[in-house]
Amino acid sequence: MKDKASQPVIEARGLNLVFQTADGPVQALKDVNLTINQGDFVSFIGPSGCGKTTFLRAIAALEHPTSGTLTVNGMPPDEARRRRAYGYVFQAAGLYPWRTIAGNIRLPLEIMGFSRAEQDERTARVLDLVELTGFGKKFPWQLSGGMQQRASIARALAFDADILLMDEPFGALDEIVRDRLNEEVLKLWARTGKTIGFVTHSIPEAVYLSTKIVVMSPRPGRITDVIDSPLPKERPLDIRDSREFIEIAHRVREGLRAGHHDD
Amino acid sequence: MTALWIAIGIWLAAWALNVWLSASPISQTRLGKLLVPLVFGATVLVLWEGLVRGLGIAPVILPAPSAIAAKIAVSLPILWQDFAQTILKGAIPGFLIGAGAAFLVAIAIDRSPFLQRGLLPIGNFVAALPIVGLAPILVMWFGFDWQSKAAVVVVMVFFPMLVNIVAGLQASERMQRDLMATWGASYVQTLIKLRLPAAMPFVFNGLKIASTLALIGAIVAEFFGSPVYGMGFRISTEVGRLGLDMVWAEIAVAALAGSALYGLVALIERWVTFWHPSQRH
Ligand SMILES: Nc1ncnc2c1ncn2[C@@H]1O[C@H](COP(=O)(O)OP(=O)(O)OP(=O)(O)O)[C@@H](O)[C@H]1O
Ligand SMILES: [Mg+2]
Repeated sequence: MKDKASQPVIEARGLNLVFQTADGPVQALKDVNLTINQGDFVSFIGPSGCGKTTFLRAIAALEHPTSGTLTVNGMPPDEARRRRAYGYVFQAAGLYPWRTIAGNIRLPLEIMGFSRAEQDERTARVLDLVELTGFGKKFPWQLSGGMQQRASIARALAFDADILLMDEPFGALDEIVRDRLNEEVLKLWARTGKTIGFVTHSIPEAVYLSTKIVVMSPRPGRITDVIDSPLPKERPLDIRDSREFIEIAHRVREGLRAGHHDD
Repeated sequence: MTALWIAIGIWLAAWALNVWLSASPISQTRLGKLLVPLVFGATVLVLWEGLVRGLGIAPVILPAPSAIAAKIAVSLPILWQDFAQTILKGAIPGFLIGAGAAFLVAIAIDRSPFLQRGLLPIGNFVAALPIVGLAPILVMWFGFDWQSKAAVVVVMVFFPMLVNIVAGLQASERMQRDLMATWGASYVQTLIKLRLPAAMPFVFNGLKIASTLALIGAIVAEFFGSPVYGMGFRISTEVGRLGLDMVWAEIAVAALAGSALYGLVALIERWVTFWHPSQRH
């Protein structure tokens, strides 16, 4: 099913990651093998503590694997980070309270040395993209949680990194807002061709968004199933009632359940 | 005795007035917020005056506020000279130098774990030295004039500032620092755009403590040698001559200067850390 044009962006081979804690070592990732291609939308799903966040953080060079190899665009994650390959959206918005919304979105652009004019232009563009035009001058604490999360997505989009890593970005939002943002993310992905890594606890969300679903299981965290989605790239919300959709969701659920039985 | 009864009467009336003020909607207005402490302060003065007169307390024990005010009125040039010597030349430069030095050392400590292990204990040790032991030594080193007073203030201010700045630099959240890392920010960029702003609530905590210490240090250091002017010098000599009204006049100036310095720091704090939950309105 591989598209000929697509080439590997993220490659993990025999990846292990062990945290040394006061209560002894915790194996967060065990023998993880995964290839993510250019333009893939990959969801990570699995029970709490199975290493989803750790894997995403390792890709962004925020954690360092204990053994195995991990490359991003053919280089080590640290090197890719220096070349500003990532936009990262954390589970909480993590906006800086002393900066306005526009100031927060501008921050990575300031750090990367964009010109003043380009900062303004890009900030306005991504604010519009997440439907926050007119809120640029507000401070984060003056916005609702959902709006703050959208602002943090705008911030990750502002500098046009090729890889967008999102760790349960919509976990705290209500169903309706979540649906809307899911549609927005899909549109954005279709328009920009970015490679997206997306952590979620929701089976429908994973199936709706992804071209590839990675099912993980805990203790030690490992991959139990990788599902390449047969769904078309164009996905209206009501695709969730189709038979194909329900079949994939079923397979994901089975994968999660099997992981649980190994315990 | 009548003076005492009048004073107590006024005190009760003012008390009732304040109770009524804080219960009424006026207390929510800006004026009301100012009025309550003013009425309270005035009451204390009236009661003080009445007690001193009514009980016939000797001026050496406690002069009446009116006597202190009269003394202030006729001694303005001396008070100003003392104020300039002790506050403007001793306390404020010492405060600025001490806080600035603490800032530089805090950055150095932050960069080097080696310094962290070496300098913090030394700072701790210096902070534990009693000022009455330290001041005479610094007067020996830097002479009788304001330089030695500024030096005492530097030593007193340095450590509380250092501890607060070092703690403030750790105050940013992990996620905020991780974000900086994913953008490939350098140490200096992270420092300026994240860690220093996040440190400001701590820094201002330190500055408020330091502003009080600076005043105490500058005045007390003059007890151990000074030119023939300065607030500490005046207090120690006038006590010897039983000129208690002058001592109280200096104390009044010190209290005003202290409140003004503290107020100024608090005002700047409000402006800089407007975003902090404790400052939001
Ligand atoms: N910094 C750390 N130090 C020690 N152990 C850690 C650290 N970060 C994660 N772990 C451990 O690694 C394991 C995987 O954690 P991780 O955060 O990746 O899980 P997750 O799949 O993202 O879970 P959730 O769905 O709850 O977010 C857990 O057992 C966790 O306790
Ligand atoms: Mg997680």
